[in-house]
Amino acid sequence: MTDIQYLAPTTLDEAVSAYAAADGAGRILAGGTDLLVQMQAGMVAPGLIVDIKNIADVTGIEETADGGFVVGAAVSGAMLEKHAGFAKAWPGVLEGLNLIGSTQIQGRASMGGNLCNGSPAADSVPALVAAGAILTVQGPDGRREIAVEDVPTGPGRTSLKPGEIAVSFAFAPRPAGSGDAYLRMIPRTEMDIAVVGVGVNLTLENGTCTAARVGLGAVAPTVLRVDDAADALIGSKLDDAALAAAAAACSAACNPIDDKRGTIAYRTRVAGVLLKRVARIAAERAAQA
Amino acid sequence: MSGSDNKWIGENTIRPDGADKVTGRAAFAADSSMSGMIWGKVLRSPHAHAIIKGIDTSKAEALPGVKAVMTAADIVDFPTDTPVPLGIQDMRWMCRNVMAREKALFHGHPVAAVAAMTEAIAAEACKLIEVDYEVLPHAIEIDDALAPDAPILHDFIEFEGKPSNIAGTIEHTKGDVEAGFAEADVVIERDFTTRPVHQGYIEPHACLVSVAADNKTTIWSSSQGQFMVRAMTALLTGLTQSDIRAIPAEIGGGFGGKTIIYLEPLATILSKKSGRPVKMTMTREEVMRASGPTSGSKSTVKIGAKKDGTITAAEGLYWLQAGGLPGAPVRGAVGCALAPYDIPNGHTLGYDVVCNRSKVAAYRAPGAPIGAFGVECVLDELAEELGMDPLDLRLKNAAKEGTEAVHGPVYPVMGYVESLEAAKAHPHYSAPLGPNQGRGVASGFWFNAGGESSAQVNVTEDGNVVVTTGHPDIGGSRAGIANICAELLGIDYKRISVLIGDTATIGFSNLTGGSRVLFASSIVVTESTNKVIRTLCELAAKIWDIDPDAVEWEDGAARPAGANAGQFDPLTLAELAARANETGGPIGAGAQINTTGAEGGFGTHICDVEVDPELGIARVIRYTVLQDVGRAVHPAYVEGQMQGGAAQAIGWALNEEYLYDKDGKVDNPGFLDYRMPVASDLPMLDTHIIEIPNPKHPQGVRGVGEVPLVPGLSAVRNAVYNAIGIRFNDLPLSPPRVLAALDVREAAE
Amino acid sequence: MAKLHISTTINGEPEEFLCAPDETMLDVLRNRLSLTGSKEGCGSGDCGACSITLDGTLVCSCLMLAAEANGREITTIEGMADGETLHPLQQKFLEEAALQCGICTPGMLVAAKALLDENPNPSETEVRFWLAGNLCRCTGYDKIVRAVLDTAADMREAAQ
Repeated sequence: MTDIQYLAPTTLDEAVSAYAAADGAGRILAGGTDLLVQMQAGMVAPGLIVDIKNIADVTGIEETADGGFVVGAAVSGAMLEKHAGFAKAWPGVLEGLNLIGSTQIQGRASMGGNLCNGSPAADSVPALVAAGAILTVQGPDGRREIAVEDVPTGPGRTSLKPGEIAVSFAFAPRPAGSGDAYLRMIPRTEMDIAVVGVGVNLTLENGTCTAARVGLGAVAPTVLRVDDAADALIGSKLDDAALAAAAAACSAACNPIDDKRGTIAYRTRVAGVLLKRVARIAAERAAQA
Repeated sequence: MSGSDNKWIGENTIRPDGADKVTGRAAFAADSSMSGMIWGKVLRSPHAHAIIKGIDTSKAEALPGVKAVMTAADIVDFPTDTPVPLGIQDMRWMCRNVMAREKALFHGHPVAAVAAMTEAIAAEACKLIEVDYEVLPHAIEIDDALAPDAPILHDFIEFEGKPSNIAGTIEHTKGDVEAGFAEADVVIERDFTTRPVHQGYIEPHACLVSVAADNKTTIWSSSQGQFMVRAMTALLTGLTQSDIRAIPAEIGGGFGGKTIIYLEPLATILSKKSGRPVKMTMTREEVMRASGPTSGSKSTVKIGAKKDGTITAAEGLYWLQAGGLPGAPVRGAVGCALAPYDIPNGHTLGYDVVCNRSKVAAYRAPGAPIGAFGVECVLDELAEELGMDPLDLRLKNAAKEGTEAVHGPVYPVMGYVESLEAAKAHPHYSAPLGPNQGRGVASGFWFNAGGESSAQVNVTEDGNVVVTTGHPDIGGSRAGIANICAELLGIDYKRISVLIGDTATIGFSNLTGGSRVLFASSIVVTESTNKVIRTLCELAAKIWDIDPDAVEWEDGAARPAGANAGQFDPLTLAELAARANETGGPIGAGAQINTTGAEGGFGTHICDVEVDPELGIARVIRYTVLQDVGRAVHPAYVEGQMQGGAAQAIGWALNEEYLYDKDGKVDNPGFLDYRMPVASDLPMLDTHIIEIPNPKHPQGVRGVGEVPLVPGLSAVRNAVYNAIGIRFNDLPLSPPRVLAALDVREAAE
Repeated sequence: MAKLHISTTINGEPEEFLCAPDETMLDVLRNRLSLTGSKEGCGSGDCGACSITLDGTLVCSCLMLAAEANGREITTIEGMADGETLHPLQQKFLEEAALQCGICTPGMLVAAKALLDENPNPSETEVRFWLAGNLCRCTGYDKIVRAVLDTAADMREAAQ
């Protein structure tokens, strides 16, 4: 039987050091809602578990002077929800995170864990992509920044280098008139893995969309940033034609599989349907912001 | 007894086992330990169909910490040519089901088991067992199992003179359906399929077994029948029944799935071999892969009617998956399908089809939801074709007292018509519907059952009462029993304790299932309590020195029966109990009866759905269950059965299904992808209790637990038709299927 | 494999135990601390039968390593009643028949209490979505949801 070690360091340097030294046999523990499921299923048998929840850098929520945010990678959905400022600025990101699993899961699950687990259906990631969030990671070679959409490289795989740990997400200050939203399609009302997930972040000035980003999940090996869909919205008044074009762009961007959660045809259709719904909600929020 | 002069019957009393259940104290099977306990784990077949050529357990036995290893060689063999029935099972299949014998018949089939100091060591040891498999092609779907080149699971099964995967048939015939169809003005024939589903009990199978050196054995397990556990374990292990004490733990859901055993005989053998108590639990994955779910099915239903709605003939043909060994619930399908209707010409025929998935076990009215699905769907279409309200069509053909059912019996008084009329009159039926919303109705029937039951009613020295019964309580039956006993004795309900005995402490009692627990146990509790009352009257008579016939029992006390008997102050239960010693001894009585008189149960459901036409998602937004329960001894628990059955039907109709990969492995063996309804999926589930007392029961009780699942599948499906105009003949109505059908229709327009 | 020595607080009482690094909190509660009120229904965080609170937050104990309990506060179903006085939720569940087999009940009660602690006036929809992670197969949730709403109303009234 494998000997397994548990460490709960209080500094990032300690965590990185131990994690890197484990040379691939280590796993990072934030909320544990992926890691423990995988261990239970026999899919992974780590030699070292590094619990990062005692490290200040990864568990804080900071509102910067210019109105941006830095959210620790291990912050749980339940904790993030309580931060009034973040909830007001980024309701779509929060929605994504707090749709994962159940209330119990949301008490633990984090954006860092959700992103680094590399599931194409990760609920928090489309809205993070739409938000243009930047992930800071720290590894044996020091710190670097990665755009969220550049983190997933395939199912279960990320661009993080060996020994690198997710530290925090940076959200730029929002221009006035901005809003974001996230919707997913699941067969029940809760508890399912997203069959399709769409995040939209946009800015409106006098009813015209001046900026937009679209994140699309569960329809490709990684979460996608769909520039064609965003471009269809930018410069428009989010009229039916613009939304239809953006929806078509989302459907076109799909490269899904048939699996126990959805078919290719279904996912492709639904991506377009959801885009329209999400864009409308983001626009309503933008109009009130 | 009935009516509003009851004090306890009809009251929502607090269940006697309640405080333990809400504080986490109640002991379920996995909650217990025994001194020196070790852990058992099962090695399961990685192949859906394979000949087992040899098993080498030597490396497992050598692993430090391993205390015992077993294989099928340790299980008693029942030759396949000699039926050995035990209740609803046959030991030939049981001995091959609990552990693979000649063949592994499904992915997950147990092939060996290990007991070791820790679960981790036992699991490690399982990996060291070497099994030589000859992998065979497998067949899981009915069509694949019936194909001309299908792999035949058992060479001892033949149908029409040839090796076959059809293990048997059951048929009912009344009149002449050909003639009946010829008389009809409208005939509708449709094909249906349902996917296999699981009972979904939240508590996995678990047991703790101790076999002492003298073979005295204690089995503590999650089960719907401790006498079944004792008998099956004895037969499979070779121990004698009197050496086994099977104790039913509190059970965390069964719905029929725990009327059979999986782990107990394995733990028993491991305990005997190791000399230690052995605890075994299933993981959720093991439950989904290897315990008995219910059948997937194919059916063809044909109904013919005259223009005025009179049904002239009805026919249902059914194929049900049995799993690796015979025993699909064909009886329920062919017996219940047409049961709510008075039909002059009827024919049902069902096939028991073996295939490479886990052997099915009972699931709440086994077979009946499958039988009813096609019939209730065709009736819906027929009603539309004839321009009739679907409830009116059913009323026109409703079975009543005196109707001869297609499956044989002549019905006594019962409340099917009442359920239809109540549905028509219910505010739900006339509530307005919004866009994309639709309403469906359906009816259903279940046989119910009586069967063997035992009880003991004993009066304590301080004048209170302990009732011991024989059936595990899966729905609150202890509360109902306490209500009845309190009513009979005329004492406060809180003075009665109701306990469930084990095989050593109570007489033989048949399974908890068949909607029979309250029905059967209340008969024996009534008999026992009446005997106790007679004894109490005799004691009072002794004290008063009068004839026992001159004493009556009323309102919790013995009283002189009329002025002629004499002037005596009443003697209460407490007073008599205190004087028990001087007047003859302990006060108590028991009964053991093979109860009869359980007549079938009938119900009608109304379901509203709302469909999101862009996503294909159907949600149930309103639901009403109307059912004749005979007498609601404890109304809240009766409602609970009605609501629980409806919820399972909704899950079966909308999202639940077993998914298999190309290797015959279950692809969704967990609650994430086996999608049962969660709290946010359902609306409030309204109930309407109808009481047409069962004349053959002392309190008028009819079984209530199983009927509520039967109508729901087509109530939901008919509602979806009403909402979006598409008739789905295949379940579940998962969003991709609904959206695809909407797309097809749109393309055609 | 060396065991970890963990010091924690469970239901207000200090508690110490030894555990393997990969043992879950649920394993330790049930197998080492004799707190079998929390149940294992799935082991994967999909059924909620193992629900506890960790520093006041509702979580699944099957998805938490026991080692994480070090220095933290855990509450389980065993800590819900106050001596022999049942919590209003427990009492209401009994009065309104909000349980049948009872296996989901401990998790359901812990989750419901966490809801009312955070939101004393939830709507039916809020109750249903909060409890979506607690599977029940017996009741269809109707009586459970009613019991939670009724308890919330009682508790609001008592607080006035």
